[in-house]
Amino acid sequence: MTPPVVEFQRVTKSYFRGEQEIPVLKDFSLSVPPGRFLAIMGPSGSGKTTILNLVAGLDRPTQGTIRAAGLAVSQQGESDLARWRARHIGFVFQFYNLIPVLTASENVELPLLLSTLTRQERVKHVQAALGLVGLKDRIHHYPRQLSGGQEQRVGIARAIVSDPTILLADEPTGNLDRTAAESVMALLSRLHRELNKTILMVTHDPRAAEYAQETLHFDKGTVASS
Amino acid sequence: MTLGALIVRNLRRHPLRVVLTALGIATVILAFNLIVTTVRAWYAGVEASVPNRLITRHAASLSIHLPLAYRDRIAALDGVTGVTYANWFGGVYRDAKGFFPQFAVEPASFLDLHTELSVPADERQAFLSDRRGCLIGRRLAALYGWKVGDVIALKGTLYPGDWEFVVRGIYRGADAATDETWMLLRWDYMNERRQQIDPDRAGTVGWYVVRIADPSLAGRVSRSVDAEFSNSTSETRTETEQAFQAGFVAMSGAIISALKLLAIILNGVTLLVLANTLVMAVRERTKELAVLRTLGFRPSHLAGLVTGEALLIAGIGSALGIAITIPASHFYGVLVAAKLGNFFQHLTLYPSTLLLSASITLCIAVCAAVFPILALMRDKIAEDLHNAG
Repeated sequence: MTPPVVEFQRVTKSYFRGEQEIPVLKDFSLSVPPGRFLAIMGPSGSGKTTILNLVAGLDRPTQGTIRAAGLAVSQQGESDLARWRARHIGFVFQFYNLIPVLTASENVELPLLLSTLTRQERVKHVQAALGLVGLKDRIHHYPRQLSGGQEQRVGIARAIVSDPTILLADEPTGNLDRTAAESVMALLSRLHRELNKTILMVTHDPRAAEYAQETLHFDKGTVASS
Repeated sequence: MTLGALIVRNLRRHPLRVVLTALGIATVILAFNLIVTTVRAWYAGVEASVPNRLITRHAASLSIHLPLAYRDRIAALDGVTGVTYANWFGGVYRDAKGFFPQFAVEPASFLDLHTELSVPADERQAFLSDRRGCLIGRRLAALYGWKVGDVIALKGTLYPGDWEFVVRGIYRGADAATDETWMLLRWDYMNERRQQIDPDRAGTVGWYVVRIADPSLAGRVSRSVDAEFSNSTSETRTETEQAFQAGFVAMSGAIISALKLLAIILNGVTLLVLANTLVMAVRERTKELAVLRTLGFRPSHLAGLVTGEALLIAGIGSALGIAITIPASHFYGVLVAAKLGNFFQHLTLYPSTLLLSASITLCIAVCAAVFPILALMRDKIAEDLHNAG
């Protein structure tokens, strides 16, 4: 049996506001096999984004262990986690988070600067990634010269350019109109189908969730239904 | 794309802020360089000192003179290869601003011992032959437009009366450190007049210049000179020419210390200006930096980006500051000469001064980067992604 690519074992996560403890995840367990497209839905503050942050090692659990792409994420130091993220994690943000002073191709190239690829190899990878998201003709455009949908496509190209093991998408359609949202979801679905990417997507949008193979409904730090 | 290119792009986000910061640094560098130039001018005499020369003066004070008879006794001591003597003349040319160093010297021996003063043979001979003659430095001659044959009228202060000297020669310094603003007049001529106006002090000298065979003998010869005249009415104090010059600098110690303190404060200003700019820049880009960390950039990468930005701003400021300093130091020299006359003979901007200011600024840039880097390292990625605008 193939081991899970993401595994939460009895994870609890709380935030503290002064002395006050605010629980976000309560004794949460999850197992995601490789190649799964999982949507996580739930109201604001239910802990959806926290799951993605914990998978990527951007945040640490209060209790429990998390393994992702073969690494005990919750037990690593900052530098080791950064190296691991560069290799195994692609992150798609709701607000795209492109660097405004860099062109589309330069934004996509950023993760590759951490690799040992030559400049020519990096250019090839960038062109392939932008070609995959249908933006080969926008490589020299700055983010301000792109539409929201195009920006998100660049964001997706940046997330997949280093061929990560896991793709994490935090409300990828949350800032897009319906047409652009459909287009972005079709793209993510294609990446899942054709490249067999494991995708964990947080969304409020039921239509977006329909593209996933499985949907977890989250409420108050626990799974309400799946 | 490289990380270096990203640093440059980041700088271009707020060109006005970068320009203003660089101008601030440039201004500090200008002020720093002028201060260092001034302090170095103070030490010019020390730097120009010759290691095989000693100065013997009265043990109590330079203002108390020594008997001329000491000359032969000093010359007879072991390790001494030559002796000459001089008096501070202290005359005024036109008005109080017309100050320049004037020494009454025994001409032949003085020129023999001061080989760094280069005088054409015919001019040297003319000086030796004319009791009213004088030698002047090249820069002094240029300052007042004097040439050989001109008569210089001085009003005596230490030696009252009106004095006239005929320029018999113009010397050049052997190197840049040699003072070319001296006026050398003849001690016998001065002493002759002194016998008439102040007979009690006639036949005395301000100090002896003692040439020794080897600089390593300085301590031993100094002790033997002073021992020779111990328990006499005019005990001596002998020291190297460098120590003698340093003693003059020490008289201005408070001013020099204040200038040095000012230079340190200026560098503190650079640190604050640069740190403020960097902290603002990093705070504005908190979310972007969190995104980079999400992409896999390590803390060392972010530290490199911030430090690179600091070095680039400091580099621009340094280049600008140096470019301003070069012409400004010229005008500064002119201004100082107009206000203080020849007080500073060597107000020279050295390349090493420029290098020093740029090096200090770049070191400060690295220190300034520490503040935002530490703040950045304390930040949590998830919080920065969520909270930052």
